[in-house]
Amino acid sequence: MLDILFYVFSAITLIAAVLMVLTPNAVNGAMCMIVAFIGTAALFVLLEAYFLAVIQVVVYAGAVMVLFLFIIMLLDVDKGEGATEYKDKLTIGAAAIGFLLLAMLVCSAFSGSHLPEPVLTAVTENPEVFNGGVPFTTSSKSFGYSLFTKYMLPFQVAGFLLLAAMIGVIVVSKKHDVAED
Amino acid sequence: MTVGLNAFLIVAGLLFAVGLLGVTLRQNTLVIYMSLELMLNAVNLAFVAFSRYNGTMDGNLFVFFIITVAAAEVALGLAIIVALFRRRQSVMVDQLNALSH
Repeated sequence: MLDILFYVFSAITLIAAVLMVLTPNAVNGAMCMIVAFIGTAALFVLLEAYFLAVIQVVVYAGAVMVLFLFIIMLLDVDKGEGATEYKDKLTIGAAAIGFLLLAMLVCSAFSGSHLPEPVLTAVTENPEVFNGGVPFTTSSKSFGYSLFTKYMLPFQVAGFLLLAAMIGVIVVSKKHDVAED
Repeated sequence: MTVGLNAFLIVAGLLFAVGLLGVTLRQNTLVIYMSLELMLNAVNLAFVAFSRYNGTMDGNLFVFFIITVAAAEVALGLAIIVALFRRRQSVMVDQLNALSH
């Protein structure tokens, strides 16, 4: 049953990603992108990372894509005249060949039987924390435990980064005269 | 679940390849930026798969930080694109070629 779900959600994610790349309309592309993100969240659920699946839906499919849609509608890029949506034939051919080569590389590298195939161990809800590291659990409590012990410094740096990004956005998007600077 | 780690890695690799195709193929800066997000997403999927099959929580924590950085990066990048549009009246990369001549 779970195997079928894996194939279904992988297909949904990949097809939505390809549609996002190929559709000429940017708004349709953003909608396909939301589907791709939700498909990835479903794959996270299959990998028993429930907290990350929720974060993926809330942050990526929610906040980030809403921001993208706002900007697409604000700039109204689809109505702009002049620029053709795709590049010339040579660039299209080169991009397609590069994509095919990369896809073949991925498929041939990971589908052979020579790679080690680790077996899935059963996860527990809330195991003991041992000193070598935090074992994989399904509870979000282990997230908090790791964030405030092993990953304390990156956690603080991430908070500072968010502050810096907020100030940066205010500075960049502030309206000023072109002749002034 | 009998699906192995390599199947997840194939999906993540193909997602990354599709994102690369979008970056090289498209003209619209916003679509290029969405393709970059797709590549980040593919890396996240590989991280979670490794974390689950390895039995440790570190990959999941790393994905948590990647999502944080990506959110900050999207906000800042879109602000830059809006500032660029104000100045040049276009977001198509073939018209933003002031450095190529």
